[in-house]
Amino acid sequence: MKRDAHEFSHFRDAVTGAIIDIAKNDDRVVFLDSDLSSCIGSTAFQKAYPDRFFNVGIAEANMVGVAAGMASAGMTPFIHSFGCFSSRRDYDQLFISVGYTGQTVHVIGSDPGITAQYNGGTHMPFEDIALFRQIPGFVIVEPSDGVSLYELVWQIYEKGQSSYIRTPRKGINFRYGADQKFELGKGIELFDGKDVAIIATGALMVDEAVGAQKILKEKGIDATVVDLHTIRPLDTELIEKVAARCSRVLVCENGRYAGGVGEMIAGHLAKTNPVKMDFLNVGERFGEVGNLSYLKNAFGFTAENIAAKAEGLIKA
Amino acid sequence: MEIVKLEALKERAFEIRVRTIREIAAFGSGHIGGAMSITDVLAYLYFNAMNVDPENPKMENRDRLVVSKGHAGPAVYATLALKGFFPEEMLATLNQGGTKLPSHVDMTKTPGIDFTAGSLGQGFSAAVGIALANRVKGIDAWTYSIIGDGESQEGQIWEAAGFGGAQKLDHLIAFLDLNGQQLDDYTKNIMPADAEAMAKRWESFGWDVYSIDGHDFEAIDDAVRSAKSKAGKAHMIILNTNKSQGYIPGEGIKGNHSMPITKDGAEEAIQALKEREGR
Repeated sequence: MKRDAHEFSHFRDAVTGAIIDIAKNDDRVVFLDSDLSSCIGSTAFQKAYPDRFFNVGIAEANMVGVAAGMASAGMTPFIHSFGCFSSRRDYDQLFISVGYTGQTVHVIGSDPGITAQYNGGTHMPFEDIALFRQIPGFVIVEPSDGVSLYELVWQIYEKGQSSYIRTPRKGINFRYGADQKFELGKGIELFDGKDVAIIATGALMVDEAVGAQKILKEKGIDATVVDLHTIRPLDTELIEKVAARCSRVLVCENGRYAGGVGEMIAGHLAKTNPVKMDFLNVGERFGEVGNLSYLKNAFGFTAENIAAKAEGLIKA
Repeated sequence: MEIVKLEALKERAFEIRVRTIREIAAFGSGHIGGAMSITDVLAYLYFNAMNVDPENPKMENRDRLVVSKGHAGPAVYATLALKGFFPEEMLATLNQGGTKLPSHVDMTKTPGIDFTAGSLGQGFSAAVGIALANRVKGIDAWTYSIIGDGESQEGQIWEAAGFGGAQKLDHLIAFLDLNGQQLDDYTKNIMPADAEAMAKRWESFGWDVYSIDGHDFEAIDDAVRSAKSKAGKAHMIILNTNKSQGYIPGEGIKGNHSMPITKDGAEEAIQALKEREGR
């Protein structure tokens, strides 16, 4: 039974809420956390289904292996850690015990990119998308609001393929109404301008891209903005459509270019419709500590910078 | 253990050894040492303990075995073939392109393999997960796992040991193949951990621990029976074994982790084993 996601106060409540609702009608669903259950709110799952929640302790690699074993015995595990640990720390286990064996495990990586804020550079996953892209079969989602997050967790469950759910924990925003239709693997055009296409993933970047659209509009530039909530499979149809319409594509992601969303899209357009492109990402930097406002400015993840890059792309 | 059953298990172990040697010789080389050291426990599990159905290898309530030291694949395949999971002729295809019998055990390829291993440490976590899933589902089945002593240098083994102990997975019976050797050298020269030290480690993780002669069926039987009678703890049976046990050219030497074996050499080794066992 689905809920209206507008009731949730934080992204963590939306993701855990979806799993709780899914588990209500499917007793195969289990939740494994690695001593971060209060961080993602899986304590609520534990309260609802105490026999199907397991805190494996601070041992993330084992959590992946245990989840894979449980999946092989017919369960559907959701597992959580911070995105840095859910990707690079667990990588061989994800690759072999989950990917290679063909098990279905849903992996939540919380606090992507600079949203790790006060946990700082050691906790900022910039390369998680690239890592999961190397494992055949993994679906990758980075929803941009509470409604799409709740809905897409349901859809990845229904799809029955392993997935990586990239989401912040704290705070929430709502850009979509309760009646919005989502389709896994199909991005959403928030604006359909003709001058430049801005493709963004995740709450932070989509928010800033929407802000950039307004700035550009005031300057007489008509931008397309795409909320690419599913990174894999890539919505090639939509990307080809906006590239053909705008002839200029700017990809904004809260992570690294190498192996990331921008490189995926560039690789696809190189084959189908090579247009002028630019990219906003973390470049060659490691993360650093600070509040989100500081970090957004430090990395240039602002509406103003996106607008400037879009203008530069048009003039190029 | 009844004498008839004991003799039958010895015969099975001999048959597994013969097939393992020939299997590796068909390819020309392979992980003979760590395969031969677990043939006795494999014979015991598949021909005396495990509830499995070769006609229905995915039976939900089956007992399962995860050979986390996945390079022992050749011995596992010989056992599964002998049990009837697939035709014995398949054993000659080990490691050939397109085979269902790769060097390291692979659940996606081989009927009867319950979990993939090879990246050491990973299979054991999966075994813990399987035992946990059975408990959640209320399935009264046994989960077995075999880990290596070299493999026990992996941190993941101890993550899984901690969690399995904390969860009191009393339907999980693990075996540690303490053959004393790893690829490069004797384990004592790299990271010493003898049976006594290992027993202490596992006990400290909350496990019900045994240390026995891993080539003695009566000892294996006694330990497994005792483990099954004790509720509230996961079980670790340390098997004190000899690497390459039964492939005589590899016994007692360094460098027996993986060895070249010719077809003629295989038959000579099998003849020598027959003579030693009085067959």
